[in-house]
This record gives sequence, C-alpha cells and structure tokens, in this order.
Amino acid sequence: MKPRLEQKVATAVLGFFVLVTVFILVFIIVFILRKGLPVLSWSFLATNPVDMGRAGGIFSTIVGTIVLTLGALVIAAPLGVGTAIYLTEYTWENRLTRVIRFGADCLAGIPSIIFGLFGFILFVTKLKMGWSILSGSLTLSFMLLPTIIRTSEEAIRCVPASFREVSFSLGSTRWQMVARVIMPSAVPGVVTGIMLSLGRAIGETAAVIFTAGSALRLPTSLFSSSRTMSVHFYILAREGISMDNAYGTAAVLIIAILGINILTYYLMNKYIRKYS
Amino acid sequence: MSKLDRDERLVKLALLVLAFSAVAILVGITVFIFGEGTPIMFKYGLKKFLLGLDWYPSEQSFGLLPMIIGSLFVTFGALVIGVPLGLACAIFLTEFSSQRVRRILKPVIELLAGIPSVVYGFIGVVILVPFIRTTLGGPGLSVLAASIILGIMILPTIISISIDSLQAVPPSYREGSLALGTTRWQTTRMVMIPAARSGIIASIVLGMGRAVGETMAVIMVAGNAISIPHSPLAPVRTLTSNIALEMGYAAGEHREALFATGVILFIIIMVLNTVATVTSRRRKGEGRAP
Repeated sequence: MKPRLEQKVATAVLGFFVLVTVFILVFIIVFILRKGLPVLSWSFLATNPVDMGRAGGIFSTIVGTIVLTLGALVIAAPLGVGTAIYLTEYTWENRLTRVIRFGADCLAGIPSIIFGLFGFILFVTKLKMGWSILSGSLTLSFMLLPTIIRTSEEAIRCVPASFREVSFSLGSTRWQMVARVIMPSAVPGVVTGIMLSLGRAIGETAAVIFTAGSALRLPTSLFSSSRTMSVHFYILAREGISMDNAYGTAAVLIIAILGINILTYYLMNKYIRKYS
Repeated sequence: MSKLDRDERLVKLALLVLAFSAVAILVGITVFIFGEGTPIMFKYGLKKFLLGLDWYPSEQSFGLLPMIIGSLFVTFGALVIGVPLGLACAIFLTEFSSQRVRRILKPVIELLAGIPSVVYGFIGVVILVPFIRTTLGGPGLSVLAASIILGIMILPTIISISIDSLQAVPPSYREGSLALGTTRWQTTRMVMIPAARSGIIASIVLGMGRAVGETMAVIMVAGNAISIPHSPLAPVRTLTSNIALEMGYAAGEHREALFATGVILFIIIMVLNTVATVTSRRRKGEGRAP
C-alpha cells in the first residue's frame, strides 16, 4: 500500500474506533437519563423506600451514600496527603520510597471484592463492628488511598522549587515551609484529587455491600448498617424488584458522579491555567 | 535540642508512619485473606481446589476449575474488545488529533471511568443480553456479554496509561521521523509505538487486572452457571462472582472456601501488578536519551 493511502486508511480506522468509544459513553448516559429522569421527583428523593424499594423513594440510601463516602474521605485524606508530603518533601528516591510506591500501586490494582472480603473479616467479624457505616467507611477509605496519594503527590510536585528555596532562605524549618508555603499553593490540586476519588466511592458496590450491609432504615449512628445508592440500585435491578425505581436510582447516581467529575475537570483546568 | 527541632522530628516521624499506611494495609489484606482461605485449601488438597470440577459447598466439594477458566475466558474476551479500541483512542488522541479535539475528547473518554460498574452491568442486562439472545441465540447471559461489558470497562485504564506512555516519548523522536518525510501513521507505527511499547504493555496488563477483578457487572451479565463454557454464548461464573454470589449466606467451611477463591484471585492480581510495575519501570530506563 502506498504510504499516503495507508495514512488515510489508518486515520479513518482510528477515528472510527474513537467514535465507537464516544458513542458507547454517550449512549449509556443518555439511556439511563431518558429512562430515569421521568421517575425523579422531589418525593422520590425525599421519602424512604417502602416495601423493599417497590414503592417510595431513595432518601435513606442518599443519606447512607453521603455518610459512608464522607467517612471514607475523612479517613483516607489525612493518610493519603501525609504520605504524599512525606514522599515529596521529606525524603529522596530510595529503597524505602520504592516500597511505599509499590505498596500503593498494588493497592490500586486490588479488586473491590477483595477489599470487601478483607473488610468483612477484619471489621465486621474480628473487630465486631458488624455491618455498619464505620466498617464500610474504613474499607472504602483503603480503596481510595492510592488515588489520593498519587494525585496529592502530583499537586505538591507542581509547586515551583523557588517557593521552597525562598522559604528555606528565610530560615523556616521544613514543616513551616510545608504548612505555610507548599500546602496553601498545592491545596487546589489536592482537593481535585480527593474529589475524583469521591466519584469512585459513590459508585462502589462490591466492597460496600459486605461491610456496610444493606439495611433500608435511615442510619442513626456510625454503627448502624446502611444501604448506599449503588447497592440499592444493584438489589433493585438484580432481584427485579422495581425497574422504574432502579432507573430512577441509576439516574441520581449518574448525575451525582458526572456532576462531581465535570466540576473537578473544570476546577482542574482553571487551576492549571493559573499556574502555567 | 530546641523545641522547634523536636517538633520537626515529631512531624517527620508522624509523616513516615502515615506513609507506611498503604504498605500496612496491603500486608493486612494479604494476611487476613490468606489466613482465612489457605487452611481449607490444604485440608482438602490444593489439587482438588484448583482442578476440581464440582462446586457443591454443602457436600464439601470445592472445585474451582470452572471459575478459574471462566475468569480466563471473560478476561481474554475483554482484551479482544478493549485493546484495539483503547489503543486506537490513545494513538488518535496523541498522534492524530489537534490540540482542540484532544482537549474535548480526553475528558469525555475519561468520564467512562466514572460510570459505576453496576450501571455497566445494568446496561448489559437490559440491552446487550436481550440483543445476544435474539440475534445469536442461547440464554444471552454469556461469556460474550461479559466480555463486551468488561472490554468497555477496561478502556479508561488502557487509554490513560497508553496516552501517558506515548506522551513520555521524547518529541524529538517524532520530529526526527517526520522530518525524514514519513507520514504520521508511519511515524506512529515505526517510531512512537515501539518507543512506548513497555508502557502500552503495562496498560494492557493493568486492564487485564481490572477485568479479572471486576465483580458486580460480571454477575449481572454472565449467567453464573458453574460449568466450563463450551461456547462464547454459554453462561459462565468467574472467581469474583463466585465470592460475591455466595458470601451473603455462606458459613463455616463454605465461607472459608470463598476466601480460598479470594486467595487465588489475589495471587492472579498480584502477579499482573508485578508484571505491570516491572515493565513500566524498564520504560523509564529506555526513555533516557542515549
């Protein structure tokens, strides 16, 4: 084949594959929204599920999702940001950092069902926390940790070296520099990283169903079992309880996750433009 | 020692402890999963576990071979679909598109990663499964359905890591090649892809890991029958679905056998992770200018 013809064919084939990918994405979102939006109403969002979800709304699962994910972030954010600060500001690349990075990389690759098994055996049974928001949040936080470490590390590395030099030359200690110079300018990047992991936490099912359980009541404490929207959606769809309510729940999930992700991209772009 | 110095040391120590959290969690997961899962494997014999064909937990028969083969089949199917699509997107976005197109398309494709796995599974159940049932026959819930859904789900992993490794190739390679009068495609095929090879391989291996480990979407579309599938249209049960389907009511040895399933899954994933880490570490060496 002539090189020019080959170039045309390659462009066409690659472009076609890109179109297929974009089509799949748009199709999934449009399909869920078209079937789900008609189900949504104020009462769907604000009333508790009735009769296992056949009737009523999804209020308790929205509360469950919010409490569980916020709990996970409260645990994972300090661990992740602390790790990132240590890796970037307190050490140089050596065997120790390689071990830490390898640990984080492996953790990122572990499937959610394994986290679910681990959370079940450690928190639910061994530590006797039962199916509870606390068990669920702890398990979920472990899943989010690698993402938060990586994104925070990138954000901290983006702070110009001159900031560090000036701070040291003024006689500050390392921690003073980190707390007053590095972190304030890295915060937007760190926050976008945490927001990205939020989207993942909301959609997680396998790890949550075995640790937080699937009780439909409104949670009253950290030790009550609670059902998240994803788990609710899974149970509604899998057991064929109510297709309408399943579509409605899926629409809320998709809107929440895409909303967070789009907002994150917007903030990230704004932040990148500011610094470059 | 001044107070300031002491505080500094305390902070450094605290951060070091935090930095080990990821490693500690990894070790914890390994200890607990193996602790729960391995005793029963040795009690009934490793061979029976890995090569046994029958899974009747109530009769102490724990053969995992159908699930191991099931996981392999759907993972292979996912790669057949996900790798060409994913690599094409990565190549198109780095080598063939203008800055403007890339700025719009890249976030759009990354949104794929945000869609929860239960939603993928649901789309599979309501659209793909009936479509396969009516056009190709069989129950619809099948290896094919699981492969297609998983193939889509691993796209973000393959695309983003391949893009990173293509962008890590020094621009001078591309410029030098184009200056010799090659077309874009020739440059991509003969210079860029070979230079980014190890990163691309790592992206495929990590995508494989995602496919092996995916649970909820697979349960919904794969049919979950415990038998070695004889055709792409036959239903299949994977290691992950085996755990998730029965964990809710399992007790005693049955539960331990599910943890043993987890052990096998865990080993597969760790092997894949290590392969990916080693190949992408080699890339860093290659990337340096000679």
